[in-house]
Amino acid sequence: MEKRVAFRSRWLPYVLVAPQLAITIVFFFWPASQAIVQSVQQQDPFGISVEFVGLDNFVMLFNDEHYLASFKVTAIFSVLVAFFGMSLSLILAVFADRALRFAGMYKTLLIWPYAVAHAVAAVLWLFLFNPTLGIVAHWIKGFGVAWDPLLVSRDAMVLVVVAAVWNQISYNFLFFLAGLQSIPKSLIEAAAIDGAGPGRRFWTIVLPLLSPTTFFLLVVNVVYAFFNTFAIIDAATGGGPGSATEILVYKVYKDGFKALDLGSSAAQSVILMAIVIGLTIVQFRYVERRVQY
Amino acid sequence: MKRLTMLRAALALAVAVSASAAQAVTEIQWWHSMTGALNDRVNELAKGFNESQNQYKVVPVYKGQYPESMAAAIAAFRSGNAPNILQVFEVGTATMMSAKGAIKPVGAVMRDAGEKFDPKSYISAVAGYYTTSKGEMLSFPFNSSTVVFYYNKDVFAKAGLDPNRAPETWPEVMAAAAKIKTSGASQCAYTTGWPSWVHLENFSAWHNVPIATKENGMAGLDTVFQINSPLHVRHWNNLKEWNSKGYFTYGGRTNEAEAKFYSGECAMLTSSSAAQANINRNAKFKYGVAMMPYYADVAGAPQNSIIGGASLWVMAGKKPDEYKGVAKFLNYLADPQRQAQWHQQTGYLPITPVAYDITKTSGFYEKNPGTDVSVRQMMNKPATPNSKGLRFGSFVQIRDMFQEEFENMLAGKQDAKTALDNAVKRGNEMLRRFEKTAKDAG
Repeated sequence: MEKRVAFRSRWLPYVLVAPQLAITIVFFFWPASQAIVQSVQQQDPFGISVEFVGLDNFVMLFNDEHYLASFKVTAIFSVLVAFFGMSLSLILAVFADRALRFAGMYKTLLIWPYAVAHAVAAVLWLFLFNPTLGIVAHWIKGFGVAWDPLLVSRDAMVLVVVAAVWNQISYNFLFFLAGLQSIPKSLIEAAAIDGAGPGRRFWTIVLPLLSPTTFFLLVVNVVYAFFNTFAIIDAATGGGPGSATEILVYKVYKDGFKALDLGSSAAQSVILMAIVIGLTIVQFRYVERRVQY
Repeated sequence: MKRLTMLRAALALAVAVSASAAQAVTEIQWWHSMTGALNDRVNELAKGFNESQNQYKVVPVYKGQYPESMAAAIAAFRSGNAPNILQVFEVGTATMMSAKGAIKPVGAVMRDAGEKFDPKSYISAVAGYYTTSKGEMLSFPFNSSTVVFYYNKDVFAKAGLDPNRAPETWPEVMAAAAKIKTSGASQCAYTTGWPSWVHLENFSAWHNVPIATKENGMAGLDTVFQINSPLHVRHWNNLKEWNSKGYFTYGGRTNEAEAKFYSGECAMLTSSSAAQANINRNAKFKYGVAMMPYYADVAGAPQNSIIGGASLWVMAGKKPDEYKGVAKFLNYLADPQRQAQWHQQTGYLPITPVAYDITKTSGFYEKNPGTDVSVRQMMNKPATPNSKGLRFGSFVQIRDMFQEEFENMLAGKQDAKTALDNAVKRGNEMLRRFEKTAKDAG
């Protein structure tokens, strides 16, 4: 049932995709190729001495237990961010979709956090949860819970996950809401007439029909957790305590821009690139099969 | 049509470029990392110089925090647009030193321009930091600070301690902390800024023990860390124990702990002497400044402390006329009166003995008690190979590693010995990697 448009002209299709191609080449292929080149070199920060070292940078990374630990941290962080980011926004979207009054206001308010820069969001949460100044930290302590993201790894992880999830909820919310609104009301009404309660209607009709949206958001959220969260980490914990919140992309940034170790940083970004390409392929091959468009 | 607009744009650009080239005044770009009140002082220095002559114009530009401005300058150098002068923090010194093609030694800049400049006029512990083993001064000392001890006199009085006597040794600090905790005079007894700088680097110098072989890296790139000595282990073990007892509260990797002190939360603090300006402005209590605590049973302690802060580097590949201007400007900064003023306004160390004398005779120290502690501590004894400074490549990364091990120790994941052994092992790996690239570059 696919519609195909046939182009007579030989060059027109290329012209039409040229702008997109140009952007992809300049902003993706070119930097990516640079990263690959630099990953097999070792150089001083100023680029005065550049030496080809083969796979030395990679060998060093995989012999570094701290780098390997960073994989685990990244996995935990990404799963938490994607899971909570998506499930919370789905709940919010379902409620906003059913709201009878003030629906417009709810939606606007829920979209606002997306306008907040990642680093600002992190600082905001840091202030709320700061053991000394934070009002939320004060409440938590009031309940008799010890709270110290400066030294306790779990607390630091909670802090960065909360900030990352909060920042991403709006985006997920928008897509879920749009998805919900495109579900034909007649289907849900038919199920209601057949005696299905709200819970059953949600699980058997709404959720399966939302699966294209959910799948798209899963890809986007994993990429978000992998790549776009380094500002949050940098502002909230700086990767600490120890290296408990040092996710892969933050280590790329820290080693490259702060420590000026370009070879290692480039090697890390090549690895990261491979992981994300791999994850996306897996998602498209296996998860997408179960998605009904 | 499109081609025409392109042509016009190119023409306009060409006109703009030639117009700026035709200006008689030579511009000198100065990238720095000074914020707040310090940024105002930097702008005043540039303004003063620009008004003192009409050939050169120094343009100070704030480029972010130290690591950021350094990364920006390196990127600019790689694309051929480096600034004339760059402010680099002390942990970046080794990186700059080994980038021989990227910098022009300050000594050479002054010689070529025929400006009078005497490296010996600086306090040796300061100048030594930025001078090669052959005696060539590579960068211009600008803002230097050291570690001092601050304590809240009001809390001391409340806890039944003598507010006019600061604890001198670590055991005394902890006795005071215990009293503060048990009396409930304040909820946090002792905290520290810059854990690696205070509890490894300055701790070692103050006790006259090496941080690393080869005179703390100043005599060669093949240096090896030695911070897992019994004395270091003893001190870190104490910190771990004091942390679990609640005598010591961890504040963070940079200067976060300073806010804990001036807000009144913590009663004692070790941090940069340059924090005093901020403490003065924010503290609503009486406070005292004293020298760093030490262990009295260590022979030769206290020795002298080492500096932090930054120096000014002159970048290579600029026009001869610009170097003349740079030399004139650095000479302007080296003026003793200006140095004394900088010291008094900012809390940074007076980096020449003359500037110290001027400040002393002006009666500044009597009016502002505590401001001379840092100087006296720096000049406490003639510097030894263990206490004249340090020079390590990749030290930004290494410091982070040290602090990661410190945090893991405080969190109870490892004991002091393991933490310091790990720090040495990881640090040495970075040193070897740096040694390799630096040798190739040099």
